[in-house]
Amino acid sequence: MITPAPHPVKTAEINPTADVVTVSHLFKSFGANHVLADFNLILHKGESIVVLGKSGSGKSVLIKCIIGLLKPDGGEIRVLDQDIAELNDIEMDALRAKIGFLFQSNALYDSMSVRDNLEFPLRRHWIQVTPGEVDLMVMEALDDVGLKHTVDMMPVELSGGMRKRIALARTLILKPEVILYDEPTTGLDPITSKEIIELMVEIQRKYNTSSLIISHDMNCVRLAGDKVAVLLNGRCRACETYEELQKSKDPEVLQFFQI
Amino acid sequence: MGNNSTFSLFLEETGRITVFFARFMSHWFRPRYEFAEFLRQCYIVGYRSLPLVGLTGFIMGLVLTMQLRPSMVDYGVESQIPAIVGIAIVREIGPILTALIFAGKIGSSIGAELGSMKVTEQIDAMEVSGTNPFKYLVVTRVMATTFMLPVLVIMSDFISLYGSYLGVNIKGITSFNLFWNQVFDNLVFSDVFPAFIKTFLFGFTVGIIGCFKGYHSNKGTEGVGSSANSSVVVSSVLIFIIDLLVVQVTDLIG
Repeated sequence: MITPAPHPVKTAEINPTADVVTVSHLFKSFGANHVLADFNLILHKGESIVVLGKSGSGKSVLIKCIIGLLKPDGGEIRVLDQDIAELNDIEMDALRAKIGFLFQSNALYDSMSVRDNLEFPLRRHWIQVTPGEVDLMVMEALDDVGLKHTVDMMPVELSGGMRKRIALARTLILKPEVILYDEPTTGLDPITSKEIIELMVEIQRKYNTSSLIISHDMNCVRLAGDKVAVLLNGRCRACETYEELQKSKDPEVLQFFQI
Repeated sequence: MGNNSTFSLFLEETGRITVFFARFMSHWFRPRYEFAEFLRQCYIVGYRSLPLVGLTGFIMGLVLTMQLRPSMVDYGVESQIPAIVGIAIVREIGPILTALIFAGKIGSSIGAELGSMKVTEQIDAMEVSGTNPFKYLVVTRVMATTFMLPVLVIMSDFISLYGSYLGVNIKGITSFNLFWNQVFDNLVFSDVFPAFIKTFLFGFTVGIIGCFKGYHSNKGTEGVGSSANSSVVVSSVLIFIIDLLVVQVTDLIG
């Protein structure tokens, strides 16, 4: 097994017992649309939380704020013990090397082969590995998602489920400590969707990663999350287990579990 | 009301392009330098455009000569065809036609590619992967178009003149050496230099407008088509405006 050499940019040492992601009093608006209004959430090491909410409720905005693609209007986001608002570009890139992000649309680079797609984060994060090691890391990531044979294929040659798996392999290649999933089962048939959920659970178990999953697919919510955070009116209305939320006394929370 | 709305949209778009231009200027000289991607883009926008630019240049030179010939014969100055065609191609027709072909092929391609990357979150994925997408995608493409268009124009000019040489020989006999001597004897520095300088401006315009339209693409796949289309339209109009300004400036300088 190949372990990437230490990143050239030194980041804060991570306390293994620390909260991996802490979102405190987060605010984000687009014009008059207040998407996140005093949102709070804590993700612990090795934990998996699914953020559940209606379409357009701000779920994707939340994880884009966490990864630094969107700038919050207010509040604090700490990832791996670092306040992301205080990081400069280089420090942010170093932190992002420890965070995996699975995009809703997979975001595979159309002009690159599967191999190049997987190598891209390795090369761009200045990970110090030899070409032979890069090859091993690519094949290991592809092996994790069961698609070693696609290494020289182009994204356009892959099915929707295969693309999702390759995107997951690209997320895994840097062995992230946290993985953020943006609607991982959207657009997939129920069988492929179940396979992707099982893969996510297996990966979390194998690498002991923490996961924050954005979804409104109730199968995904039930199978992939240790806890479910319900996002309503810009706030985290509840954050409990699936079974506990099924018995919730809040009618707005309960409506998600009565479909 | 409608005119006001169109005018305010025009001003808004102009403002956004200006901000994009300023962002480019603040990024292009700062590390990290994406040299490998710049070379790849030079290959794509330069080498791969050569067949189209060469073909159109060849046809233009040939047709221009054939169209010019009857009038020149009427005035008894048939022997001046190489000189006149040479000046016309080098000063104006070569740069402007090549730039328009370039805008159609490369401007639309950049607009569509970046637009598609934008709507499929590939630009966000780059940022997450430790890459400054503006440097990687925009700066490299704009630099490539800026430096490759002048090269293409030089090649196109020579191919056009070769087409003209063949055109001259359809209804007459002019030796290869005589034709080229007549072309170069009548070209002076003030013909070549301003024409060469403006090709950098044309290339920069095609690159920056294509990148701007693609980078700010929205409305899903419909937006991608719209980005490609407006990249060509806006950069073509700007090419003519820049051409007009450069001619005025070079005339003033003398």
